[in-house]
Parts: sequence; C-alpha cells; structure tokens
Amino acid sequence: MRENKLSLIVGGEAGAGITRSGFLFAKACVRGGLYAFGVNDYQSRIRGGHNFYIVRIEDQEIYSQTDSIDLLLALNKETILIHKDELVPGGGIIYDGEEVTLDKAELGREDVKLFPVPLRRFVKELKAELIVTNTIALGAAVALLDYDFGSLEEVIRDTFKGDVADVNVKAATMGYDYAKQNYKGKLEFRLKKLSTAGKRKLLLTGNEAVGLGAIQTGCKFYAAYPMTPTTPLLHFMAANERKYGMIVMQTEGEIAAINMVVGASFTGVRAMTATSGGGFCLMSEGLGMAGMTENPIVIMLGQRSGPSTGLPTYSAQGDLRFLIHAAQGEFPRVVITPGDAEDCFYKTIEAFNLAEKYQIQAIILTDKNVLESHTTVDPLDTKRVGIDRGLLLTGEEYRSAEEYLRYRFTDNGVSPRVVPGTKGAIVRANSDEHNEDGYTTEKAELTSKMADKRFKKLDALIKDLENYETTKLYGPEEADVTILGWGSTKGPIREAMKLLNDEGLKINYLQIIYLNPFPAAVVKRVMKAAKKTVVVENNRTSQLSSLIREHTLMGVDHKVLKYDGRPFNPIDLSQKIRSVL
Amino acid sequence: MAFKKALVQVGLEREQVVLVSGIGCHGAMVNNVNVNGFHGIHGRTLPLATGIKLANPDLMVVCFAGDADCYDEGWEHFVHANRRNVDIKLIVHDNMVLGLTTGQTTSTSPIGFKTKSTPFGSIVPSLNPIAHALASNGSFVARGFAGDMMHLTGLIVEAIRHRGFAYIDVFQPCVTFNYLNTYDWFKERVYKLEDENHDVTDKDKALQNAFEWGDRIPIGIFYRKERPVYRDGLPHLKGKPLTGQKLEETDVTALMEDLK
Repeated sequence: MRENKLSLIVGGEAGAGITRSGFLFAKACVRGGLYAFGVNDYQSRIRGGHNFYIVRIEDQEIYSQTDSIDLLLALNKETILIHKDELVPGGGIIYDGEEVTLDKAELGREDVKLFPVPLRRFVKELKAELIVTNTIALGAAVALLDYDFGSLEEVIRDTFKGDVADVNVKAATMGYDYAKQNYKGKLEFRLKKLSTAGKRKLLLTGNEAVGLGAIQTGCKFYAAYPMTPTTPLLHFMAANERKYGMIVMQTEGEIAAINMVVGASFTGVRAMTATSGGGFCLMSEGLGMAGMTENPIVIMLGQRSGPSTGLPTYSAQGDLRFLIHAAQGEFPRVVITPGDAEDCFYKTIEAFNLAEKYQIQAIILTDKNVLESHTTVDPLDTKRVGIDRGLLLTGEEYRSAEEYLRYRFTDNGVSPRVVPGTKGAIVRANSDEHNEDGYTTEKAELTSKMADKRFKKLDALIKDLENYETTKLYGPEEADVTILGWGSTKGPIREAMKLLNDEGLKINYLQIIYLNPFPAAVVKRVMKAAKKTVVVENNRTSQLSSLIREHTLMGVDHKVLKYDGRPFNPIDLSQKIRSVL
Repeated sequence: MAFKKALVQVGLEREQVVLVSGIGCHGAMVNNVNVNGFHGIHGRTLPLATGIKLANPDLMVVCFAGDADCYDEGWEHFVHANRRNVDIKLIVHDNMVLGLTTGQTTSTSPIGFKTKSTPFGSIVPSLNPIAHALASNGSFVARGFAGDMMHLTGLIVEAIRHRGFAYIDVFQPCVTFNYLNTYDWFKERVYKLEDENHDVTDKDKALQNAFEWGDRIPIGIFYRKERPVYRDGLPHLKGKPLTGQKLEETDVTALMEDLK
C-alpha cells in the first residue's frame, strides 16, 4: 500500500473539460494539505484530438510531473491506448465499460487494473450535459484512492455556481458510490487528508502569479492580443480590471498593444503587455521605440515551440537570444527568467521597479511550462518587494524654475521623468535621435553622447543588480556535477537532484534568473568551482551555453537538450545527468 | 499653422496638449509646435495616442500622420480607432505620395500615377479613407484643404470640440513630388459641404459624398454624431486618470484567497 504519492492522468478529447477536472482533483488534494503539481498537454484545437492533464500528488514539496502514471482517467478509448504503457504495474484505469470495449491483446498489459464505470449511462440518468462525464470519473477516482470526498465537493462548489455545482456534485457522488460499492480496496494507492488541511496554500499557475505581481506593484494599463500560452494572463487581468482600477484592453494586434503600452507609460502609468514569440516579433519595433524614447515598460514573453507557428500549445526555450537582441540598434534592457510560479510573482514586481528606475524595458521571459502548470505554493508575501518608481517627479516635486529637459544628461544617464500635463513642463519623447529637450538631431557628437547616456543606465543597472538575486544556487557549494539552467527547467532539475541525491551523488544547480545583463561574475565563480558542468535547456542550440561562453570565456562540459515541446521528466533527466559522470 | 491657430482659438494650455506624430514629412511637427510631443514610429501614431489618452483623459491628444503612415503602414489602427472612439484627434497630411522617401506611390495615389516605384504607373485604384472611416463607425469624419487655411482651422477647432475620435483628412499637396495633385488642381475642384446645406448627421448622404471625386471634390464635415467614447465603458475609473492612484495601497491578498 502506497500513501500520498500519486501520479494521475485525466485524458480525452478537446472540449471534454480535461484541464478543469485535472485542476479540480489537484485542488481537492491541496485543500487536504497535500502538494499538487499539474500540467496540461493539449493540442491547438477546440474539439477532438487528444488532451490530457497530469496531476502529481505528494505530502512534500514537488516541482514537476513525474515519468509514470498510477491512475488513468480515460474519457475515451484513445486515451487508454496512448497512455497504457506509462502505467506502473498495479496501476488502474477508470473508463466507461459500457461504451469502450477493450480486449486483452489491445491492452497488452496484464499487470494493470481495470475499473469500468458506466459514465455515459450516469450522465443520461442525471439528464446532464456530456461534459459532467469527467466529474463522475473524478468521483470514482476519489473513491478508489480512499480520499476525502468532502474536499472534492468543496472544490466543486467553489468552482461552479448554482445548478451547475449541484449537478457536478451529484455526478461526483454517483462515481464515488459506484466505485466504493464495486471496487473497494482494489487499488494499491491511497491519498490521505493531512492535519494541515484547509484553505492554506495556493494552487497557482505562472500566468496567475505574473498577474498577481503586476497588480500588486501597481500596473494600471495592460494591453495585449491573445496568444498561447499568455492568453490566461489577459483573462486574469481583465477579470480584475474594475476591482483594481486598471484599463485592460484586447487590441487589434501586438503592434497596437506595445504602442499603447508605451503611450500609457509616457503619461507615468505602470504599463505591461504579454505575448509569445510570434507576437513579440511584431512588437520588436515598438520595443526599440521604447528603448530610444526611454519609456519604461514591462513585456512578458511566454515561449512556445518554434520556429514560426511551431507547436502552438507546447513549450520551448528557443527565444532567449532573439529577445536579448530584438529590435534594430543598441539599447539596454533587462531580461528576467522566473523558474516557477513563485518566482513569477516576485520577479514581475522587480521588473516593474527596474524598468522605471532605469527607464528601460523589462522583459519577463517565461514559457508554457511555467505559465500553464499548476504548482502548490504558500501565500505570496505582498510586502517583500516594495515599489520603486525611480526619478518620477510629480507636480509638486518638479521645480519649474529650471527648464524641463526630458533627456537631461546626468551622472548615471537617468533623466528625471515628469508626466505630460505638469504645469510649466513640456515633455517631448522622440524616436529619432534627439537632444536633451527631445528635439530631433542629426549631429555626430550628440548622437554618440546620447548613446553613451543610454548605456550609462546599463552600468548603473549592473551595479544595482548586485543587490538582487540574479542567480540562485541549490545544493552544496561543492559537488560532483554542477547543473546550469534558466526558466522552467528549474522544476525537473530540482526533482532530478532529489533522485541523484538519493543515489548518493553530490549535485548542485545554479538557476540563472537574470540573463541580461548577464550575471557573469557569479556564473564564472560557480563554473570555476565546478568539477563537471552540465547545461540543461529546452532548445536545440543551447543558447545559455553560448551566453556563458560570451560572458565568461568558459565552455560548459555537457549539454542536455530537449526540444520536442514537452518538459523534461525527472527520471529521464537524472539518467542523462548521471551519464556524464 | 492651422493647428496652432486652432489651439489658441479653443484656449488650450500648451501643457495640456500632446502632439503625436509618425514618420514622414509631417513627423517634424513635434519639433515645430511647443506642446508636449511624442514622435513615434511609422504607422503607429494611433495606438500610441490611444495609450496616452486612455491613461490620462485630461490631456488633449492630437495625432498627425501622413497618408502612407496612416493608410498604408498603419491602416489596421485607422479602422479600429474609428470603431473604438477613444477621444483623440487625427489629422492626416494627405499628399497622395511618399515624400520623405523621395516619391513613391501611396494608397491614396490615383491609378496610373507614375513614381520611381511605379515607373509604368500605379496599377491599383486608390483607397477611400473617408468612406472607410464612415464604415468603421467613425463619429467625426471630415476633410480639409491646406490651401484654405481659415476653413481648415475651423475644422480642427470642431474636431477638438468633438467628444470622441475625430478624423480630418487634409489635402496637403507635396510641392516636390506630386506633379498631379497640386494646389491649383485642388483649388479648381474643392467645394465646401456646408455651402450645400449638408446634414452632418446623415450617414447615407455622407457616404455618397465620400465617393465624389473628379471635377467636384467635397471638403468639410462629412459626418458628425457623438456616441459614447471608449472610457464611458469603464465606469470604475469615473473619468479619472490612471496616473493619480496610490500604488502602495494595492494589495492582492484578497485575490489570493480565490486561488487557494
């Protein structure tokens, strides 16, 4: 009997409520004091195809999905055929025995347990929509796992309203009762509610965490065009538009979005947009304009598999080089790469602060894995990172005795910002090269002086970043293998470390959080101390390795690369890391 | 000139005004008028101005764009700005040619127009921005002529006073590169809609006038009818700027409860 260690998949056609039911299950476990990690795997279509949602549950912190499945909730036959070989011996399949015929040869597994439940018949008895099928299966799963039905009911009632909630609770009850009556004690896996049960922890996605961070730090203008995997952030911001005094706009495209954001920033508002690689291509010119006009903005880029349309609903880390250099000409920018939902919250706040402090563009570089996976986290500390608006002068602070110059030369390159509408000040932003007053210039000397001014801000930023957590070292200072990575690989790497530690290996991992400007000194120190280095990335060309070489003149020993759109699995990753020893 | 006169006539303080310009000969406007300014990039004046105005409705935001800037590179924004009805003003310097790049065809150049990029003459008909503005639900659609400064000043004053998106296409002949549509060419053809008792609330009639081209070309206000502006749909802001809010007072703790 195995307790509180489970991996479950809900699978079926698009439109069958797969993500929702996986999420409900995960949340019911979190309410019971357990830790959940959920990841959805879906195709770029609204109906048909095969979608699935993996939920992993444990009674300790977990950071990613795992390699195998213990229980499969198959809403159609295809799900069984696709996932049967991922099942552990003794694993179970919940499916509709009256709709799906499954012969032994087809299944090819004698070591798994079948738990047919008349899902379709129950839906008919309930006179409900077909989509409640998944809720019946959820109820059956809770019964097989001997878990607390009350937690599931509570979560259903929190998620749905009125009649829909009632129907879903009834459906879950039918599945639960059926499994209790017919399959009591048949599955070897159990989930048990802990004494820490209650509404304590959050089940959070990266999108939600970025949204919470943006709202917390006073983002008042958000404009975007829908693009996977960042669309949920647009939804989150829109849902909270009125409560938090914001304007949230769906625009005619990404070009409009970034130009609107720059316009709002010009008036002194904290403004943000988000997109994926394709949309970011369209935003590049606007990004350059923000750089030249020194308007602080925040862009969240959620990577997906490319090039071009690629795999629209899958993940990748292929845009790093592109966005460090995107747009013509040279201007400083900051690129921050949170590794999980918790990072997303705090790093978003830092992004807004640095953008305003240095009047530059802050890019939060994420991917589908971070943005759409659910992780269990403690409530976020809303006071940990304060608000720093830099040299933004309000009407009273602005001394009109001196003529206002938007691009006044200063020691660190940062010119005081005054918002248009301030008595006595004329604010002139210019995408052409300009003089201190914002008037167009083509003079040679002034051109280089203005470029120097903009890059003085970078010098100041680099110095300031010494006070920030630009990297984070996990594991001991001395190790047999040192892993370097950025972004969403953090989860699988930390899981792989657990496995390798269990084998007695000494592993450490440097998460590089700020990729531009590059934290060269820290990386160099860690590289020098390392016996063997391995870079882990979700791209084909190992873009981090090239950045490390560029900034430290040091090469990494090994690269573990995965570029099939899917996240690393911990066991697979740990074996690849072990193989370099 | 007409713009400066109009500002004086309406009595706006220079700090209240933001002039947004794109790229093209008109782009130098920001250097020539001493009000707040944002010299943006080609084709993108409207979204830039939209962001400024939505964030701070106390500012009078006026866009200047060229015909290539607005009707070619930035066409998508033109349609949506008319539809969205954010309270900004758009003045298009329409010279029917790309001047700053030394003379190429634009979408308002006539068919057959010979330029360096169309040495055998343009083979596509021109676009009708007035008709498009009307079809896109524009709430103020007008056309002026730089050869009649008084009339143009009047139009700009009306546009500024209009509550909503106000658009004026201005015939502004390029004396260097447009050999066809010259000041004299226009002088012989333009007539004022108001001289013919045009009803500015009659959209059908306005559309008919929009397609009038040739010996007689109408200028003046084609259509004007106020309707709710974009910000009217945001009751939570009560018309206040986004800028004045105390950011430190925000706390998402309550929002986190929903995610537990």
